[in-house]
Amino acid sequence: MSGFSLSKTKARRRVVGTRGCAPLHSAYQNGDLGERTKGSFLVRASKAFQVSRSRRGLLFRASLGIWSALLTRQLLDSPALTAADQYAGVFRVERVNALVLSVIFAAAVLWYIAQARRGAKFYIRPIPGLSAVDEAVGRATEMGRPVVFIPGTGDLDEIQTIAGLSILGRVARVTARYATPLRVPVLYPLPMAAAQEMVREAYLDEGVEHLDPETVQYVAGESFSYSARVGGIMLRERPAAAIYMGQFTAESLLIAEVGQSTGAIQIAGTASPDQLPFFIAACDYTLIGEELYAASAYLSGDPKMLGSLKGQDLMKILIAVVVVAGTITVSMGWSPEWLASIFEAK
Amino acid sequence: MKTRLPVFVAFISGALMIIAFFGRGTVVDAVSEEALTWQTIVGGFALLLGAVSIVRVHWQKISTRHTDRYYSVGLLICFAVMAGSGVLFGIGGGTLFDHLFQRIQAPMMSTMFSVLAFFIASAAYRAFRARSVSSAILLLAAIVVMLGRIPMGQYVYHGLPAWADWIMTVPSMAVQRGILIGAALGAASMSLRIMLGIERTYLGRG
Repeated sequence: MSGFSLSKTKARRRVVGTRGCAPLHSAYQNGDLGERTKGSFLVRASKAFQVSRSRRGLLFRASLGIWSALLTRQLLDSPALTAADQYAGVFRVERVNALVLSVIFAAAVLWYIAQARRGAKFYIRPIPGLSAVDEAVGRATEMGRPVVFIPGTGDLDEIQTIAGLSILGRVARVTARYATPLRVPVLYPLPMAAAQEMVREAYLDEGVEHLDPETVQYVAGESFSYSARVGGIMLRERPAAAIYMGQFTAESLLIAEVGQSTGAIQIAGTASPDQLPFFIAACDYTLIGEELYAASAYLSGDPKMLGSLKGQDLMKILIAVVVVAGTITVSMGWSPEWLASIFEAK
Repeated sequence: MKTRLPVFVAFISGALMIIAFFGRGTVVDAVSEEALTWQTIVGGFALLLGAVSIVRVHWQKISTRHTDRYYSVGLLICFAVMAGSGVLFGIGGGTLFDHLFQRIQAPMMSTMFSVLAFFIASAAYRAFRARSVSSAILLLAAIVVMLGRIPMGQYVYHGLPAWADWIMTVPSMAVQRGILIGAALGAASMSLRIMLGIERTYLGRG
């Protein structure tokens, strides 16, 4: 480390890092790290755990310690803890293939994110459905009619719901900018809370302080009641644009057909393959599978997010190569078992 | 702190779930079980948020004499009756709550589900048009599959059921698997972005 160029920065706060990172922190404080090392993952990770010796920092450490002690006590009292299991192996050897593939995937994504941080530009093909979002909101603004956004019918523990909510933030920003009414009926209360926060932040960013309570509303806890309510909203308020992004089940066609009957421009996106045919038949634009997850990266244009898309594309190429190789070997009558076991889930 | 703490919690939670998937044993299983229990408890509290939101939105419609206030009156009455009957008399078999659910709500849910059949027909009528080569292929495949799945199909042509099975098990299944692989990779990539704090839109910040 001592051979790099020095760029000494004064430590603004006294640093107490984790035990493994303390030497690294000392070197960082003393200015013994070069520019490249300062930006390394370890230094940044150790900085994330630094706390000051101020009263707030001590309170934070104390609460963390108390929480850890309570959790440990609770775990020790947990019925899952039996004497026989205490001495079992800690790693599921049968899932080593999943671990290796996960490590390769994470390495690919992190590599391209690092490339993006260094200024590499990545090309992402145009996705018509996402390009049409602004057009749809503009149409609603011109017609003076609201935009209906449905972030799926899954709960907040579904990754599709989070993907849908990330698109909601963008849509809310545009509707706030053009003073277009926005309606976000939600099936579960946790996504409702997240959507309210997201829309409120978007409105505040655009200088709109008042948020209509009807903008984001919890509708029902059951999917058919939800689709009946959404159908009623669409038939009464006649939105000019309807955007469906997230996880859907049987209610997808109910909602999309009602939206189609009102003349709204409809943009849908889901990774549920059972519902894709209904959206493709009833909607003007459809985001298929991974395009939904790419939406937040596509709309933000953030290089780090675009880098992650390149990483997953690399993994897709690897899977395609294995599929082609497996098809050829099986067609030739070889059928090696090790090739099939690479992706076997246990 | 306002941004760092949620990102930190997301990272720790994600890491714990990954360890629980690949790990085995006492502490790992106990941690994942406790995390799922905590999730259920948080969800229960969130249900209160939803109930308050419903009452507030519809009460505001009534108080401001909105055009659709009568729907809101009906909703609040039903909400009060269902919630009150469940709390006061229980939700077991034979109770008022059970009667209301089995005789009113369940038939209405079945009605909504049955409307799907007509919506599928109208969507198919609109979508299956021979506007281009690809849409013509879609139309042909839809005809073969629909006829092949009904008993009358084999009287039209004896090979239709086999053709329908081939379409569903070979090209359709291949496309579905391709979509699933892409979606799974997309979900994994998004999860990694959330864990590393690169994706923060779920915090309400764009």
